[in-house]
Amino acid sequence: MDDLYREQILEHYKNPHHFGEITDADITQEGDNPLCGDVITLYLKLDDGRVGDVRFRGRGCAISQASASMLTDMIVGKPVQELKAFPTRDLLEELGIPISPARMKCATLSVNTLRVALNGDSHEEED
Amino acid sequence: MIEARALNVEKVREDFPILSRRIHGRPLVYLDSAATSQKPATVIDAMDDYYRRYNANPHRGVYALSEEATAAYESARQRVASFINAASPKEVIFTRNTTEAINLVRYSWGRANVRVGDRILLTEMEHHSNLVPWQLLAQEAGATLEFLCIDDQGLLQLDELERKLEGVRLLGITHQSNTLGTINPIKAIVEVAHRAGALVLIDGAQAVPHMPVDVRDLGVDFYAFSGHKMCGPTGIGVLWARRALLEAMPPFLGGGDMIKRVKLREASWNDLPWKFEAGTPAVAEGVGLGAAVDYLCGFGMDAVRAHERTLVDYAMERLQDIPGITIYGPRDPELHGGAVSFTLPNIHPHDLATLVDREGIAVRAGHHCTQPLMDRLGVPATTRASFYIYNRADEVDQLVNGIQKAQKVFA
Repeated sequence: MDDLYREQILEHYKNPHHFGEITDADITQEGDNPLCGDVITLYLKLDDGRVGDVRFRGRGCAISQASASMLTDMIVGKPVQELKAFPTRDLLEELGIPISPARMKCATLSVNTLRVALNGDSHEEED
Repeated sequence: MIEARALNVEKVREDFPILSRRIHGRPLVYLDSAATSQKPATVIDAMDDYYRRYNANPHRGVYALSEEATAAYESARQRVASFINAASPKEVIFTRNTTEAINLVRYSWGRANVRVGDRILLTEMEHHSNLVPWQLLAQEAGATLEFLCIDDQGLLQLDELERKLEGVRLLGITHQSNTLGTINPIKAIVEVAHRAGALVLIDGAQAVPHMPVDVRDLGVDFYAFSGHKMCGPTGIGVLWARRALLEAMPPFLGGGDMIKRVKLREASWNDLPWKFEAGTPAVAEGVGLGAAVDYLCGFGMDAVRAHERTLVDYAMERLQDIPGITIYGPRDPELHGGAVSFTLPNIHPHDLATLVDREGIAVRAGHHCTQPLMDRLGVPATTRASFYIYNRADEVDQLVNGIQKAQKVFA
């Protein structure tokens, strides 16, 4: 049981990175997963075409909240144009645990919310 | 009350092939029977036998196989009828499941009877299947929905019943809440509803598998339930309704079998119950449901209820010792059926369910198709353990151990 949720995931869940709000954010995007009741709000401050700062608030299971925390680490400072096609698998690799089909929506809530924030919809570009 | 003889759980478990499975290297602890029950070998064999020996399209075949299939399917209907003490098998309509049975009433009775300004009264604890069909009907007919509220123990606030029944055509209510476990006092509710001129539809999906149900004694008008939660197969459910209501209702789905005489521009309807059963029916599933009824009758539903009551009692006692836990639903075991929902302060239900799954324990986590009830309870989701005839007290202990291990992971 212990190895299922890696220490890193639990650490992100208990002490999420970039947790909070940006009051003068350029983009504020809510995302939810009504089936599980997971919710996150993503705040993005843009700086010369890059993500200058990012914060999130949310509540839900450890997978959804840890993945949001990890995602903020992965996107800060990156060009918006590049992030518009942020691949889901990069985040899943960062999570580093097998995600069952039933939990996939939890794992991808943050990256789907990012795509909606930057593209207006969550459609992932075909590789 | 008749003293129910105790179930021999070890013997019962031998009847269910799936219970010998191991999950993640551990023996399966199946605590999700409120979602679907496991199936005894007699049910699996009955369906297998149908396909191997007498599979044919029933009702009009004039050859031996078709006659055998018809006899088996209609015999299942008779056994279901006597199981719920229906006045006649003609009142037993086979549907796909509880949801379809309720939708049958929504389309057939609802469209013909619900008008602008009419009210439909439901409760805060309804499963989506006894809520969304009525939202659709209300939107279509210009009717309004009203709701009976629950108190903090998950009991209906019945002192408001009479007032809320004003102008109500139909009261839709669950017999036993799939999330809270609450057993509602249907007979008393029906008396009040009928005095106010409302018909009563019961969602019995969580009741028929777990306790004696006598539709005539309850005095209800419509009663819906599913085969797959009562040891039977998926794909078959039942709508029972009083014959006079069914006679007056227009058909639901049109097609073969539900007709008497068809011309190019019109048709006349078959007799009950077939008027409401268009198309080739789910014969194997009907046969399986019949076998499931026979199987449950072997114990008697008083014994089934008594067994689950003991397990719920024990589960409540063990669970309440877990620090920080919130348990939902009635404290009185007399009012609490075989499903126990709870939340823990620092572990989301999905994380808990994922972690105990590694120990072979199957529990459900989520909103249990009762999102408005989750809103009322102020939680996004709960974890639910639900019990049936094959569950043992030591499986409650294993669940408690699993929760404690999960708490260590999240500590």
